[in-house]
Amino acid sequence: MSALNDPVLEISGLSVDYGFGPNAVHAVADASLTLRRGEVLGLAGESGSGKSTLAYAVTRLLREPGVITSGSAVFHGAEGAQDLFDLDADGIRALRWSQISVVFQSAMNSLNPVLTVGVQLTDVLRAHSKELGRGERRERAAELLDMVGITADRLRSYPHELSGGMRQRVMIAMALALEPRVLIMDEPTTALDVVTQREILQELGELRERLGFAVLFITHDLSLLVELADTIAVMYAGRIVEHAPAEQLFRNPRHPYTEGLLGSFPALHGERKAMTGIPGSPPDLRHLPPGCPFHPRCGHAMDACSTQVPELLPIHWEPTEPRRASCLLHADGYQAPESLKKTTLRTEEIGSTL
Amino acid sequence: MTDEAGIVTETPDSEIPVLEARNLVKHFPVRRGWALRGAKVHAVEDVSIALRRGTVTAVVGESGSGKSTLARLLARRASLTGGELLWEGGAAPSSGRGYAREVQLVLQDPFASLNPVHGLRYILGRPLKIHGTADGQAMDAAIKALLERVALTPSDQFIEKMPHELSGGQRQRVAIARALAVRPQVLLADEPVSMLDVSIRLGVLNLLADLRDRERLAILYVTHDLASARYLADTIAVMYAGRVVESGPAVTVADSPQHPYTQLLLSAVPDPDRDGAPRLTGAGSPPSLIHPPAGCRFHPRCPFAMAKCKVETPPAISVGDGHTSSCWLHENNENAQASPAADTAGAA
Repeated sequence: MSALNDPVLEISGLSVDYGFGPNAVHAVADASLTLRRGEVLGLAGESGSGKSTLAYAVTRLLREPGVITSGSAVFHGAEGAQDLFDLDADGIRALRWSQISVVFQSAMNSLNPVLTVGVQLTDVLRAHSKELGRGERRERAAELLDMVGITADRLRSYPHELSGGMRQRVMIAMALALEPRVLIMDEPTTALDVVTQREILQELGELRERLGFAVLFITHDLSLLVELADTIAVMYAGRIVEHAPAEQLFRNPRHPYTEGLLGSFPALHGERKAMTGIPGSPPDLRHLPPGCPFHPRCGHAMDACSTQVPELLPIHWEPTEPRRASCLLHADGYQAPESLKKTTLRTEEIGSTL
Repeated sequence: MTDEAGIVTETPDSEIPVLEARNLVKHFPVRRGWALRGAKVHAVEDVSIALRRGTVTAVVGESGSGKSTLARLLARRASLTGGELLWEGGAAPSSGRGYAREVQLVLQDPFASLNPVHGLRYILGRPLKIHGTADGQAMDAAIKALLERVALTPSDQFIEKMPHELSGGQRQRVAIARALAVRPQVLLADEPVSMLDVSIRLGVLNLLADLRDRERLAILYVTHDLASARYLADTIAVMYAGRVVESGPAVTVADSPQHPYTQLLLSAVPDPDRDGAPRLTGAGSPPSLIHPPAGCRFHPRCPFAMAKCKVETPPAISVGDGHTSSCWLHENNENAQASPAADTAGAA
């Protein structure tokens, strides 16, 4: 089953600026990520960390004044590898939706209020698969709704007749209409209640088993990702600071920011104890601190942290582990604190790859 | 549940709640649509809740459960359709400044609740001036003291700032400081952290805990997040479709929920410590509050629903020390920990 580990989307060295010249804000800096077939890759970060910008850039949906300044996003489709940033307008249009589709947080509000759900679903099919006739499109639309747990009689419904959860399901059905290889979801359930969120995530899991698409799941809710994702990348101030298999990232975080973020979610079990979160606030991207952008809030910061920008590298004292962190503490010649050196889980035990 | 072990005995004030709501009802008229003429949204129905000094009471519920309406009723920002508010055991003042001096409301969105064209000196100075707490020379000192109470230090720098210069967490602290300006005894916080970044939420929650412990404020914490309620609160009340379905000591409610709705909610919450995927104990979404279901409002979604549930509204039944659940399943075994969670659920 080597095919399962084949990459479908390889993002490397991606940098995105808003604006030009000295006033440019570096929203994403040198981000590299690989999404493999059938995998759920979680992208976690707070507001302003660049996680949504990354999604917009990869799908070439970035609006002015956003500019992709460097990097590549190679998509491995049926017709071989293509760099999404090299494609012309027609080329990218052919790939979007049919190969890569996106569901946004406000997606449920992006349905056209004056058209029925059925019309909007068949529209997608008419635009992209011209060989289908009217009846077949209708049938396929019903099938798609059924797939996300909505009865076919809802094809006649207008968006305002559906609940938020149902509208979000319609958007997922629409995104999956052409059986894409990659589904990018940007905070798809944040606006929904927890029970609805859970139902949608369970349906998504079943669909993924059946259709085998890969998911890039973007959210601020790290505790949700730990349950949902195979691997997790954590972003801070435009940079990926840690990337590891989900279970390992949760049990044995290597970056102080990940550790702090995990410590910001009160537990549902066990003894109640005082927690502190992370001191300070997320940085202003226009005035990033020099060196590691996290150092002003970091409990383990050293002198070198304010001058050196750490790279996202494998951990030097466990080079065979499939994980990366951008923190000087794990670089050669420094000693990481015990809390960032826990090894309760090893890759052999869980058998995952990055 | 008093945190400071030393002064447990000398707190008779925990006997009489500072602010108590009895059988509150709020119906909103529906103003749109001829078909719904005369219809009402049954937003809050027969809710009783007690806020005590030095405790945090959490109200947990999904959107549309009536939790924010309840906070507004307690703040007297909305008129009561029924029920009464008691202040220290007697009738509460009907409205006006006197009531506002004792009961203050902090809203969800600190980006919308602070006037962007005024600096913090003005924003925090207004309540001091209006309520005559401080003026003239004492004003600046009073504002700085307020900023220090919410840990916005150095206060002589913060007093000069405008809201746009502050982060979300700092703004919410300003909103809390503004509420504290009139030295209220009750603080109603409506989703105070849900608009904030994850890493700074705990800071605001800890501030509320601090105000409870140091200043003995009675705090109502309205939230949709059961985990944060368990962390902060002493008591949790779970609301569903306008009614309180379960209430009790925070840890007990979160660790061994008795009402089927609380169990459903808990099974849906993300929990990294859980082994494997959770099994949802129920499905569907909350009902329309224009025509809420008869009997128990949860019965259409409840896997344990019985014939009685469709007709009669269950009362709050004691299921443990200070722990009540409004569910007919507990009716016959009042002492035992009634457990609808037992998987012999033939009624489904």
